[in-house]
Amino acid sequence: MNSKHVVSDEAPAVELAGITKRFPGVIANQNVNVRVERGEIHALVGENGAGKSTLMKILYGMQPADEGTMEVGGKRVNFSSPRDAIDHGIGMVHQHFMLADNFTVLENIILGSEPLKGGGRIDFNQAHDKVQALCDSYGLEINIDDLVEDLEVGERQRVEIIKVLFRGAEILILDEPTAVLVPHEVDELFRNLRELRTQGKTIIFIDHKLDEVLEISDNITVLRRGETVATVGASEVTAPELAELMVGAELPSPGEREGAIGDAVTFKAENLTITEADGRKVLNGVSFQIHDKEIVGLAGVEGNGQSELIDALLGIRPLSAGRLFLNGEDLTNSAVSDRRAKGLGYVPEDRHRRGLLLNFPLWENAMLGYQRLKPFSKRGFWLDSEATRERTEEIISRFDVRTPNMDVAARVLSGGNQQKLIVGREMLSEPEALIAAHPTRGVDVGAQAAIWESLRAARDEGLGVLLISADLDELIGLSDRLLVIFRGEIVAELNPETITPRELGGYMTGAGATTEAANG
Amino acid sequence: MVERIKFSLAAPVVAIVVSILVGSLVLIASGANPLAAYGEMIRFGFQLETIVNILNRATPLYLSAVAVAIGFRMNLFNIGVEGQYILAAFMGAAAGAELAFLPGPLHVVAILFVSMVTGAVWAAIPAVLKVTRGVSEVISTIMLNAIATGFLVSYLLAKWADQSDTTLNIQTKPIEESGWVPSLNGVLELFTRDIRPGTELYGFLLIAILVGVIYHVGLKYTRPGFDLRASGENPAAAEASGVSPKSTVIAAMLLSGGIAGLVGLPEILGRTHNFGLQFTRQLGFVGIAVALLGRNHPVGIAVGALIIAFLDSSSAVLQVKSDASPEVVKIIQGVIIFTSVVAYEVIRRRQAVDEARSAAEALAQPSPHGSHGEGAEPMVDPAKQGGRS
Amino acid sequence: MTAPTKTRNGQSDPIATTPNRPMILRVLEETGKARWLLAFGLIVVLLSITEVASGTTDLASTGTWSTALAFAVPIMCAGLGGMYSERAGVVNIGLEGMLILGTWFGAWGAFFWGPWGGIAAATIGGALGGLLHAVATVSYGVDHIISGVAINILAPGITRFLANELFVSDPEASFPQAGPGGSVTQSPNVQGVSSIDLPFLSGGWGTPDLLGALENTEWLFVSQAAGILRGMVTNLSLLTLLAWALIPLSAWVLWRTAFGLRLRSTGEHPAAADSLGVNVIKYKYIGVIASGAFAGFGGGFLVIELTGIFKEGQTGGRGFIGLATMLVGNYRPTGVGIGALLFGFTDTLQLRDPSAAHGLLLLLAMIATLVTAYYVYKKSWIVAAVTTVLGVGFFGAYLFTDAVIPQFPPALPFFAVLLLMIFAGGRLRMPATTGQPYRKGDH
Repeated sequence: MNSKHVVSDEAPAVELAGITKRFPGVIANQNVNVRVERGEIHALVGENGAGKSTLMKILYGMQPADEGTMEVGGKRVNFSSPRDAIDHGIGMVHQHFMLADNFTVLENIILGSEPLKGGGRIDFNQAHDKVQALCDSYGLEINIDDLVEDLEVGERQRVEIIKVLFRGAEILILDEPTAVLVPHEVDELFRNLRELRTQGKTIIFIDHKLDEVLEISDNITVLRRGETVATVGASEVTAPELAELMVGAELPSPGEREGAIGDAVTFKAENLTITEADGRKVLNGVSFQIHDKEIVGLAGVEGNGQSELIDALLGIRPLSAGRLFLNGEDLTNSAVSDRRAKGLGYVPEDRHRRGLLLNFPLWENAMLGYQRLKPFSKRGFWLDSEATRERTEEIISRFDVRTPNMDVAARVLSGGNQQKLIVGREMLSEPEALIAAHPTRGVDVGAQAAIWESLRAARDEGLGVLLISADLDELIGLSDRLLVIFRGEIVAELNPETITPRELGGYMTGAGATTEAANG
Repeated sequence: MVERIKFSLAAPVVAIVVSILVGSLVLIASGANPLAAYGEMIRFGFQLETIVNILNRATPLYLSAVAVAIGFRMNLFNIGVEGQYILAAFMGAAAGAELAFLPGPLHVVAILFVSMVTGAVWAAIPAVLKVTRGVSEVISTIMLNAIATGFLVSYLLAKWADQSDTTLNIQTKPIEESGWVPSLNGVLELFTRDIRPGTELYGFLLIAILVGVIYHVGLKYTRPGFDLRASGENPAAAEASGVSPKSTVIAAMLLSGGIAGLVGLPEILGRTHNFGLQFTRQLGFVGIAVALLGRNHPVGIAVGALIIAFLDSSSAVLQVKSDASPEVVKIIQGVIIFTSVVAYEVIRRRQAVDEARSAAEALAQPSPHGSHGEGAEPMVDPAKQGGRS
Repeated sequence: MTAPTKTRNGQSDPIATTPNRPMILRVLEETGKARWLLAFGLIVVLLSITEVASGTTDLASTGTWSTALAFAVPIMCAGLGGMYSERAGVVNIGLEGMLILGTWFGAWGAFFWGPWGGIAAATIGGALGGLLHAVATVSYGVDHIISGVAINILAPGITRFLANELFVSDPEASFPQAGPGGSVTQSPNVQGVSSIDLPFLSGGWGTPDLLGALENTEWLFVSQAAGILRGMVTNLSLLTLLAWALIPLSAWVLWRTAFGLRLRSTGEHPAAADSLGVNVIKYKYIGVIASGAFAGFGGGFLVIELTGIFKEGQTGGRGFIGLATMLVGNYRPTGVGIGALLFGFTDTLQLRDPSAAHGLLLLLAMIATLVTAYYVYKKSWIVAAVTTVLGVGFFGAYLFTDAVIPQFPPALPFFAVLLLMIFAGGRLRMPATTGQPYRKGDH
């Protein structure tokens, strides 16, 4: 499918051809081709890790491509820094806003390009007029005298847009602009984007919310695993078709399992809710059960409440409402250390931040999470380094952790080996229930297979696992049941053996309509 | 392993070499002969009496540095050691004078107890403020230092001063002999010649060594020590492993303050037997420097304390025996401290770069279809952005 | 959502306090310049009541306030220095050391080149300290606190050494000596700068002394107000005038020039500044060196104008008081100025009439009462209870003692900061990335 909605006959605003970018162990972009006409709104969609952000960073001069060419306005270009891109009329609105809270909107906009009036003084009148003119002509409603910290998220985004317009951008790149907006702010943003398009600006934006993408864009390019899958006109494709393109026509087949799911409920979450100070519910009535010998997968696009759920399950973040039980015991108000001691294991989503003490030797890392328990300490006070080292030895050999010895600092190990160490540490402590969050993120294929194997084996022995992941291979290959989380709620419970890509992609991106709650 | 030792020693060696060079330049500029000056210092420094002096100076420095180091291990800046130790020493001296009815060892223990509790309480204030109101411990300890030394101690010293003293000294009432820590001269003289009268080796040295041992053993071999170190190294990982961040902050500050309470006691219990205007100050700040020099390690701190003490003690000879001014050691000390922190940082960065390079080389082995995810990118949580970046 | 802060023509107001302010302060701000008058009036009323109650005339007299104005300068300079550095994102607790460098260089410079030469030398001396701090923290990423502590240890050593070399008369020395009258711990005496009385307001150059006349009327409130104002224009050294001019100058530079905007941006959001082409490293350096320069100026002022001599230990913790002032002043020049003036005032009381110092307790009790009323209005009961206790305590101390503990007034700044941090820490506007090391490419 390659139909296009051609907007003008001039040279395209941007043409990327054959872009390839490699990182150690990963190919982020492979022979990517994207063509964006002037005055077009063009969306770049794909799952997490499909290569969208990398591509835009290359376009904005933040990273060089390894292979391929870029043309802007028909001319071949080669950017070595964002300044080059800015000089060519490209402006980027980052996902993480670059705004000083303590400055006014005006100050943030003019910083580095201040209009002067002699003696180094800033000409605030001129600045005010220029910026106000921009706001008026593009219909961007903002009070430029406000302090940025008083602004809502949607308004801050507008400031970022004005910032690039102030510097003469003709082509705007927006990186997941709707990720943090509530629906009425999204409407406002789209209104602004249409106005910009009317005035001849070109807009490229990265998104994976398919309904929004279909609503606003003229054309859509789909990336999957670093490659261009298709470029389609928005009016010629439906959401389910898009989802299928994103996810692939075929899903991996689930793995084999021995034995049936156990009857006993190991872990139960009831109506978990977390309400933020501004009233937003980041978790809204999440309920699920995990049985013995069961892996329950939780699918969802990052940022839909997974982190908050993990924090709540661990005990790091208090619940506004709801209860949770481990083996029938109510742990809702228990401290983190209690929950770990009672058998709640945890493979963290960010091993460097939550899973390891990078400057500590491996054998000390082997007891992280279990240091109060045997065999790591006697009576919870004296460290038993001998027993700990024995256990570390066991972890290293059974989980194939490649390391010169157990005294090296954890940071020396490769990502895959670090992850294997963590998985081994959790498994050998024989948890009752395990939270495995993105357990093979950033891990090489060999380590990944090994970790999957150990999860399956532990499941077969009786472990109940909550598997949170963005990797569909992983989710479908390992889970016995699949839940989908979207905007803090469980929106579907699916059977990994019968799920179709459209369905799964649809639920994950909110295009699905069902509100089937997950129950045991 | 060899690499690690090389890296650990590199910084202090660099610091010492640079400071000797700077000191030499300064001496030359002032018309003195650096080699002669250094020679005199070393010759004088190894005399028995000077060694005793060095050990005496090093003892409180060591205690101060251990107090600071406990905080550093938890990523806490206890700049308040200065105020804590002075207030604690004053309280200990004042209490010690009143507790004369206690028999020998009990009297000393009581003084230790009072001092340690005072130090811990004074350190508890910034700890509680940090945990409940998020007040930076840097600011609160600096303010409490001034309040302790400039206000509390000044006022109370004047109020409780020993009225019977006919000299102009303002000081607390003297502590009876039962509250003295005996000198170690007798023990020392078993190994060496007789020490000239007037120089006594503080018995508190033994207590300092004991503190060092407990510090080492506690941190390395106990589970609470592990929790503390883990929390300082990576609070998020420690929290996920069950260590409560707030409790650990308070515990670390209490410990730090308690040890700070001991810093003034070698002098008081070993020599002056009261707290007066001549009481040695600034030891809290120098302790910070020694902790940095010693990299928070019990033996490293000891070496650092000895170096600083050596420079202080041996400089006295310069006044008499050469045309170098003794003040040059102050510059040498300052430069050691300054260059050591810069050197540590530089070396740490070099180390990180080296490791990243060797890790990348190891990963550069080709794999069939790469790993999943855009490997080099950190996890982005869109739900978190838009607020304070 | 709270109403946004009023700003003037798009610039964040250097005078405005933080957003989410309560109604009373918002009303005050609507009145604009009038609120300064209101504040002044309030101070006059409080001081007048205290004077009458304590039977002293020294709380609002020309002499006291003239001295306070001068005493405040080293504190204010340290505070401004701290502010510049932190606005550039670097914590500077080495201010004490830079102040010390200023004292020595000031004495040395003044000996050879007179008071103005001395001030110049002092500023440069302090700036060198700032440079050291900048190199360590900005280029080498050393922790800001550690570098500051190291400088505080290094500075007295340097000055002692230099004093030994250059202040002690030594016929064989290779450098020209400043002497006689010097020693390792002090310098020979140096001269100050001439003073003036402003015309009309204070009767300078033979004009009628209007404020003086008002002060002598002894009418309640009027004479006190006149006394305070006259204190600021009488016996005013040119150096003091120059020092206080630094405040409006700083406000102008930081909020009205491109330079100032960029400097502040390096403390608020260096990554954003960098992405817009601002040379973050350069501005951080400037901020920290300026910080040292201001502190040096303050040290020089201490020697040349206040004491006339360099003496070891004379800074007496003013670097830390300066930090306290910066916090109390909420990182703004006018705030620093007001805070310094208040702290200078409490310092001065010690030297004047003891009953004036005693009256300070009554003053504090009244302030505590006002603060309690405010918190009651805001329904913050716990805080109100605490301030009530404080107020009662001060009042009781006032009634039952004859004289204030001499060590109390100098400790006031520190108590003030602690209370401020505990109760209003959230309101303080520390630049967002202060204390964090910045590496290019940190996004």
